[in-house]
Amino acid sequence: MHESNEHGHPHAEISHTERPGYYEIMETAVRELLVEKQLIGAGEIRRQIEVLDSRTPALGAKIVARAWLDPDFKARLLKNGRAGCEELGISFYDDTGLIVLENTEKVHNLIVCTLCSCYPRPVLGLPPDWYKLKPYRSRAVSEPRAVLAEFGTIIPDDVEIRVSDSTSMVRYLVLPRRPEGTEGFTEEQLAALVTRDAMIGVIPANSPAAENAP
Amino acid sequence: MQHNAQEPHASLPGVVFAAGESPLFALDDSVRILQRKPIGHYRVPTYLRGKVGTVVQIITPIGIDNEEEGFGRDAGVKLHYYRIAIPMSELWPEYSGSPRDGLRVEVYETWLERI
Repeated sequence: MHESNEHGHPHAEISHTERPGYYEIMETAVRELLVEKQLIGAGEIRRQIEVLDSRTPALGAKIVARAWLDPDFKARLLKNGRAGCEELGISFYDDTGLIVLENTEKVHNLIVCTLCSCYPRPVLGLPPDWYKLKPYRSRAVSEPRAVLAEFGTIIPDDVEIRVSDSTSMVRYLVLPRRPEGTEGFTEEQLAALVTRDAMIGVIPANSPAAENAP
Repeated sequence: MQHNAQEPHASLPGVVFAAGESPLFALDDSVRILQRKPIGHYRVPTYLRGKVGTVVQIITPIGIDNEEEGFGRDAGVKLHYYRIAIPMSELWPEYSGSPRDGLRVEVYETWLERI
Protein backbone atom coordinates (compact mmCIF):
# COMPACT_ATOMS: atom_id res chain seq x y z
CA MET A 1 0.00 0.00 0.00
CA HIS A 2 1.33 3.41 -0.96
CA GLU A 3 1.49 5.98 1.78
CA SER A 4 2.40 8.73 -0.61
CA ASN A 5 1.57 9.66 -4.16
CA GLU A 6 4.21 7.46 -5.81
CA HIS A 7 2.15 5.22 -8.07
CA GLY A 8 2.88 6.79 -11.40
CA HIS A 9 0.37 9.60 -11.81
CA PRO A 10 -0.16 12.81 -9.91
CA HIS A 11 -3.49 13.64 -8.39
CA ALA A 12 -4.91 15.72 -5.60
CA GLU A 13 -4.87 14.27 -2.15
CA ILE A 14 -8.02 12.21 -1.55
CA SER A 15 -9.56 13.64 1.58
CA HIS A 16 -12.68 15.06 3.14
CA THR A 17 -12.08 18.72 3.73
CA GLU A 18 -15.64 20.02 3.96
CA ARG A 19 -17.34 20.17 7.31
CA PRO A 20 -19.76 17.26 7.80
CA GLY A 21 -23.42 18.09 7.31
CA TYR A 22 -26.21 17.86 9.84
CA TYR A 23 -27.28 14.32 8.94
CA GLU A 24 -23.72 13.08 8.65
CA ILE A 25 -23.03 14.25 12.20
CA MET A 26 -26.29 12.69 13.39
CA GLU A 27 -25.40 9.36 11.73
CA THR A 28 -21.96 9.35 13.34
CA ALA A 29 -23.40 10.20 16.75
CA VAL A 30 -26.10 7.51 16.59
CA ARG A 31 -23.68 4.90 15.26
CA GLU A 32 -21.13 5.63 17.98
CA LEU A 33 -23.80 5.50 20.65
CA LEU A 34 -25.12 2.16 19.38
CA VAL A 35 -21.62 0.70 19.30
CA GLU A 36 -20.74 2.18 22.71
CA LYS A 37 -23.87 0.64 24.24
CA GLN A 38 -22.96 -2.65 22.54
CA LEU A 39 -26.27 -2.86 20.70
CA ILE A 40 -24.38 -3.39 17.45
CA GLY A 41 -20.72 -3.91 16.68
CA ALA A 42 -18.49 -2.20 14.16
CA GLY A 43 -18.17 -5.59 12.47
CA GLU A 44 -21.91 -5.75 11.84
CA ILE A 45 -21.88 -2.37 10.11
CA ARG A 46 -18.96 -3.44 7.94
CA ARG A 47 -20.73 -6.72 7.16
CA GLN A 48 -23.89 -4.88 6.06
CA ILE A 49 -21.81 -2.71 3.75
CA GLU A 50 -20.41 -5.92 2.24
CA VAL A 51 -23.98 -7.18 1.77
CA LEU A 52 -24.96 -3.99 -0.07
CA ASP A 53 -21.78 -3.94 -2.16
CA SER A 54 -22.46 -7.50 -3.31
CA ARG A 55 -25.77 -6.51 -4.91
CA THR A 56 -25.48 -5.12 -8.42
CA PRO A 57 -27.61 -5.04 -11.61
CA ALA A 58 -25.73 -8.16 -12.74
CA LEU A 59 -27.97 -10.15 -10.40
CA GLY A 60 -31.13 -8.71 -11.92
CA ALA A 61 -29.75 -9.34 -15.42
CA LYS A 62 -29.17 -12.99 -14.55
CA ILE A 63 -32.76 -13.31 -13.33
CA VAL A 64 -34.10 -11.73 -16.53
CA ALA A 65 -31.91 -13.89 -18.79
CA ARG A 66 -32.97 -17.03 -16.95
CA ALA A 67 -36.63 -16.05 -17.29
CA TRP A 68 -36.18 -15.51 -21.04
CA LEU A 69 -34.65 -18.98 -21.42
CA ASP A 70 -36.73 -21.03 -19.01
CA PRO A 71 -40.53 -20.63 -19.26
CA ASP A 72 -41.12 -22.64 -16.08
CA PHE A 73 -38.75 -20.39 -14.12
CA LYS A 74 -40.43 -17.33 -15.61
CA ALA A 75 -43.84 -18.58 -14.49
CA ARG A 76 -42.56 -19.13 -10.95
CA LEU A 77 -40.84 -15.73 -10.97
CA LEU A 78 -44.00 -13.90 -12.06
CA LYS A 79 -46.04 -15.75 -9.47
CA ASN A 80 -43.61 -15.00 -6.64
CA GLY A 81 -40.68 -12.75 -7.49
CA ARG A 82 -38.89 -13.20 -4.24
CA ALA A 83 -39.08 -17.00 -4.30
CA GLY A 84 -37.81 -16.99 -7.90
CA CYS A 85 -34.75 -14.95 -6.92
CA GLU A 86 -34.16 -17.04 -3.81
CA GLU A 87 -34.18 -20.11 -6.06
CA LEU A 88 -31.10 -18.63 -7.78
CA GLY A 89 -29.42 -17.94 -4.45
CA ILE A 90 -30.27 -14.26 -4.00
CA SER A 91 -31.41 -13.45 -0.47
CA PHE A 92 -33.80 -10.72 0.64
CA TYR A 93 -31.84 -9.37 3.57
CA ASP A 94 -34.29 -6.48 4.03
CA ASP A 95 -37.35 -8.79 4.13
CA THR A 96 -39.08 -6.96 1.30
CA GLY A 97 -41.33 -8.74 -1.17
CA LEU A 98 -40.73 -8.64 -4.92
CA ILE A 99 -43.25 -8.43 -7.71
CA VAL A 100 -41.76 -8.97 -11.15
CA LEU A 101 -43.57 -6.97 -13.84
CA GLU A 102 -43.46 -8.42 -17.34
CA ASN A 103 -43.32 -6.05 -20.29
CA THR A 104 -45.31 -7.29 -23.27
CA GLU A 105 -46.54 -6.05 -26.61
CA LYS A 106 -49.48 -4.51 -24.79
CA VAL A 107 -48.04 -3.33 -21.46
CA HIS A 108 -44.98 -1.32 -20.50
CA ASN A 109 -44.03 -1.16 -16.81
CA LEU A 110 -42.10 1.56 -15.02
CA ILE A 111 -41.09 1.67 -11.35
CA VAL A 112 -40.69 4.62 -9.01
CA CYS A 113 -40.82 5.48 -5.33
CA THR A 114 -42.54 8.82 -4.94
CA LEU A 115 -42.00 8.89 -1.16
CA CYS A 116 -38.27 8.24 -1.05
CA SER A 117 -36.01 5.68 -2.71
CA CYS A 118 -37.59 2.22 -2.33
CA TYR A 119 -35.81 0.06 -4.90
CA PRO A 120 -35.22 -3.65 -5.43
CA ARG A 121 -31.82 -3.42 -3.74
CA PRO A 122 -31.44 -7.17 -3.10
CA VAL A 123 -31.35 -7.74 -6.88
CA LEU A 124 -30.12 -4.38 -8.30
CA GLY A 125 -27.99 -2.81 -5.56
CA LEU A 126 -28.16 0.92 -4.93
CA PRO A 127 -30.46 3.07 -7.09
CA PRO A 128 -29.08 5.71 -9.46
CA ASP A 129 -29.16 9.30 -8.19
CA TRP A 130 -31.86 10.39 -10.67
CA TYR A 131 -34.17 7.70 -9.29
CA LYS A 132 -33.97 9.34 -5.85
CA LEU A 133 -34.42 12.93 -7.01
CA LYS A 134 -37.74 14.74 -7.06
CA PRO A 135 -38.04 15.42 -10.79
CA TYR A 136 -38.12 11.69 -11.61
CA ARG A 137 -40.19 10.79 -8.54
CA SER A 138 -42.90 13.33 -9.28
CA ARG A 139 -42.95 13.13 -13.07
CA ALA A 140 -42.85 9.33 -13.39
CA VAL A 141 -46.36 9.15 -11.93
CA SER A 142 -47.82 12.23 -13.60
CA GLU A 143 -46.30 12.25 -17.09
CA PRO A 144 -44.61 8.86 -17.57
CA ARG A 145 -44.67 9.08 -21.36
CA ALA A 146 -42.73 12.34 -21.31
CA VAL A 147 -40.20 10.90 -18.85
CA LEU A 148 -39.76 7.80 -21.00
CA ALA A 149 -39.34 9.95 -24.11
CA GLU A 150 -36.49 11.79 -22.39
CA PHE A 151 -34.79 8.42 -21.97
CA GLY A 152 -35.36 7.88 -25.70
CA THR A 153 -38.18 5.41 -25.12
CA ILE A 154 -41.25 6.12 -27.20
CA ILE A 155 -44.22 3.99 -26.18
CA PRO A 156 -46.99 3.69 -28.80
CA ASP A 157 -50.41 4.90 -27.69
CA ASP A 158 -51.91 1.43 -27.97
CA VAL A 159 -49.46 0.16 -25.34
CA GLU A 160 -50.66 0.60 -21.77
CA ILE A 161 -48.23 2.17 -19.33
CA ARG A 162 -48.32 0.87 -15.77
CA VAL A 163 -46.36 2.83 -13.21
CA SER A 164 -45.74 0.96 -9.96
CA ASP A 165 -45.14 3.27 -6.99
CA SER A 166 -43.24 1.40 -4.24
CA THR A 167 -44.39 2.50 -0.84
CA SER A 168 -43.71 -0.03 1.88
CA MET A 169 -43.35 -3.81 1.84
CA VAL A 170 -43.03 -4.66 -1.82
CA ARG A 171 -40.37 -3.85 -4.40
CA TYR A 172 -40.67 -4.20 -8.16
CA LEU A 173 -38.44 -5.44 -10.95
CA VAL A 174 -39.31 -4.96 -14.61
CA LEU A 175 -38.85 -8.01 -16.84
CA PRO A 176 -38.06 -6.38 -20.20
CA ARG A 177 -39.05 -7.95 -23.51
CA ARG A 178 -36.46 -10.24 -25.02
CA PRO A 179 -34.81 -8.44 -27.95
CA GLU A 180 -35.16 -9.81 -31.44
CA GLY A 181 -32.18 -11.51 -32.98
CA THR A 182 -31.19 -13.32 -29.78
CA GLU A 183 -32.25 -16.84 -30.75
CA GLY A 184 -29.65 -19.31 -29.58
CA PHE A 185 -28.02 -16.86 -27.16
CA THR A 186 -26.64 -18.27 -23.92
CA GLU A 187 -27.78 -17.00 -20.53
CA GLU A 188 -24.56 -14.98 -20.25
CA GLN A 189 -25.02 -13.42 -23.70
CA LEU A 190 -28.60 -12.49 -22.88
CA ALA A 191 -27.70 -11.08 -19.46
CA ALA A 192 -25.20 -8.75 -21.12
CA LEU A 193 -28.11 -7.06 -22.92
CA VAL A 194 -30.02 -6.31 -19.70
CA THR A 195 -29.14 -3.02 -18.05
CA ARG A 196 -30.18 -1.50 -14.75
CA ASP A 197 -32.32 1.08 -16.53
CA ALA A 198 -34.16 -1.64 -18.47
CA MET A 199 -35.09 -3.29 -15.18
CA ILE A 200 -36.40 0.05 -13.85
CA GLY A 201 -38.39 0.26 -17.08
CA VAL A 202 -37.05 3.50 -18.55
CA ILE A 203 -35.49 1.78 -21.57
CA PRO A 204 -35.85 -1.59 -23.32
CA ALA A 205 -33.19 -4.27 -23.14
CA ASN A 206 -30.34 -3.60 -25.56
CA SER A 207 -30.58 -5.21 -28.96
CA PRO A 208 -27.57 -7.31 -30.00
CA ALA A 209 -26.77 -4.79 -32.75
CA ALA A 210 -26.71 -1.87 -30.32
CA GLU A 211 -24.50 -3.85 -27.99
CA ASN A 212 -21.81 -4.00 -30.68
CA ALA A 213 -22.14 -0.32 -31.54
CA PRO A 214 -19.32 1.99 -30.40
CA MET B 1 -41.64 -15.56 4.58
CA GLN B 2 -42.78 -15.14 1.01
CA HIS B 3 -44.52 -12.29 -0.69
CA ASN B 4 -46.41 -13.47 -3.67
CA ALA B 5 -49.14 -12.96 -6.14
CA GLN B 6 -51.25 -15.88 -5.06
CA GLU B 7 -54.74 -15.58 -3.77
CA PRO B 8 -54.89 -16.18 -0.02
CA HIS B 9 -55.85 -19.70 0.94
CA ALA B 10 -59.50 -20.38 1.61
CA SER B 11 -60.26 -21.98 4.94
CA LEU B 12 -61.02 -25.69 5.21
CA PRO B 13 -64.66 -26.09 6.26
CA GLY B 14 -64.78 -25.96 10.05
CA VAL B 15 -61.47 -24.12 10.38
CA VAL B 16 -61.96 -20.62 11.78
CA PHE B 17 -59.46 -17.94 10.76
CA ALA B 18 -58.46 -15.23 13.22
CA ALA B 19 -59.39 -11.62 12.50
CA GLY B 20 -57.02 -10.22 9.89
CA GLU B 21 -56.06 -13.58 8.40
CA SER B 22 -58.75 -13.29 5.76
CA PRO B 23 -58.57 -10.25 3.51
CA LEU B 24 -61.39 -7.72 3.83
CA PHE B 25 -61.25 -6.92 0.14
CA ALA B 26 -61.41 -9.22 -2.87
CA LEU B 27 -60.00 -9.03 -6.38
CA ASP B 28 -61.85 -6.52 -8.57
CA ASP B 29 -63.35 -4.71 -5.56
CA SER B 30 -63.67 -0.96 -6.05
CA VAL B 31 -62.01 0.86 -3.19
CA ARG B 32 -61.21 4.37 -2.12
CA ILE B 33 -57.88 5.23 -0.53
CA LEU B 34 -58.81 7.14 2.60
CA GLN B 35 -58.47 10.89 2.73
CA ARG B 36 -56.66 11.22 6.05
CA LYS B 37 -54.05 13.70 7.13
CA PRO B 38 -52.12 12.28 10.08
CA ILE B 39 -49.07 14.28 11.06
CA GLY B 40 -45.78 12.52 10.46
CA HIS B 41 -44.31 10.18 7.88
CA TYR B 42 -46.90 7.83 6.43
CA ARG B 43 -46.57 5.37 3.61
CA VAL B 44 -49.58 6.47 1.56
CA PRO B 45 -48.48 9.24 -0.79
CA THR B 46 -50.74 12.31 -0.49
CA TYR B 47 -51.44 12.39 -4.24
CA LEU B 48 -53.27 9.07 -3.85
CA ARG B 49 -55.42 9.93 -0.84
CA GLY B 50 -59.10 10.09 -1.65
CA LYS B 51 -58.59 8.39 -5.04
CA VAL B 52 -60.61 5.46 -6.31
CA GLY B 53 -59.11 2.27 -7.67
CA THR B 54 -59.54 -1.47 -8.10
CA VAL B 55 -57.97 -4.34 -6.18
CA VAL B 56 -55.82 -6.27 -8.68
CA GLN B 57 -53.83 -8.38 -6.23
CA ILE B 58 -54.01 -9.41 -2.59
CA ILE B 59 -50.47 -9.41 -1.31
CA THR B 60 -49.46 -12.19 1.03
CA PRO B 61 -48.28 -12.84 3.64
CA ILE B 62 -50.08 -10.45 5.94
CA GLY B 63 -47.81 -7.83 7.46
CA ILE B 64 -47.64 -5.64 10.51
CA ASP B 65 -48.78 -2.04 10.24
CA ASN B 66 -45.39 -0.50 9.63
CA GLU B 67 -46.73 2.99 10.24
CA GLU B 68 -47.61 2.02 13.80
CA GLU B 69 -44.31 0.19 14.11
CA GLY B 70 -42.46 3.21 12.76
CA PHE B 71 -43.79 5.32 15.61
CA GLY B 72 -42.93 2.69 18.21
CA ARG B 73 -46.54 1.74 18.89
CA ASP B 74 -47.95 -1.75 19.11
CA ALA B 75 -47.86 -3.41 15.74
CA GLY B 76 -48.77 -6.94 16.74
CA VAL B 77 -51.80 -7.05 14.48
CA LYS B 78 -51.15 -8.18 10.93
CA LEU B 79 -53.33 -7.32 7.95
CA HIS B 80 -53.13 -7.51 4.18
CA TYR B 81 -51.62 -5.15 1.67
CA TYR B 82 -53.48 -4.82 -1.62
CA ARG B 83 -52.14 -3.90 -5.03
CA ILE B 84 -54.49 -1.20 -6.27
CA ALA B 85 -54.88 -0.12 -9.89
CA ILE B 86 -55.80 3.53 -10.44
CA PRO B 87 -56.30 5.05 -13.89
CA MET B 88 -54.02 8.01 -14.61
CA SER B 89 -57.14 9.93 -15.58
CA GLU B 90 -58.44 9.48 -12.00
CA LEU B 91 -55.24 11.02 -10.64
CA TRP B 92 -54.66 13.72 -13.22
CA PRO B 93 -57.74 15.13 -14.98
CA GLU B 94 -55.46 16.74 -17.57
CA TYR B 95 -53.61 13.49 -18.32
CA SER B 96 -52.81 13.39 -22.00
CA GLY B 97 -51.45 9.85 -22.48
CA SER B 98 -53.45 6.77 -23.36
CA PRO B 99 -56.69 6.42 -21.33
CA ARG B 100 -55.53 2.90 -20.44
CA ASP B 101 -52.40 4.17 -18.64
CA GLY B 102 -52.50 3.58 -14.94
CA LEU B 103 -50.77 3.55 -11.61
CA ARG B 104 -50.24 0.55 -9.32
CA VAL B 105 -49.57 0.92 -5.63
CA GLU B 106 -49.66 -1.32 -2.58
CA VAL B 107 -51.92 -0.02 0.19
CA TYR B 108 -52.44 -1.36 3.70
CA GLU B 109 -55.92 -2.53 4.63
CA THR B 110 -56.46 0.25 7.18
CA TRP B 111 -56.21 2.85 4.40
CA LEU B 112 -58.96 1.43 2.18
CA GLU B 113 -62.72 1.69 2.16
CA ARG B 114 -65.17 -0.18 -0.03
CA ILE B 115 -67.29 1.83 -2.41
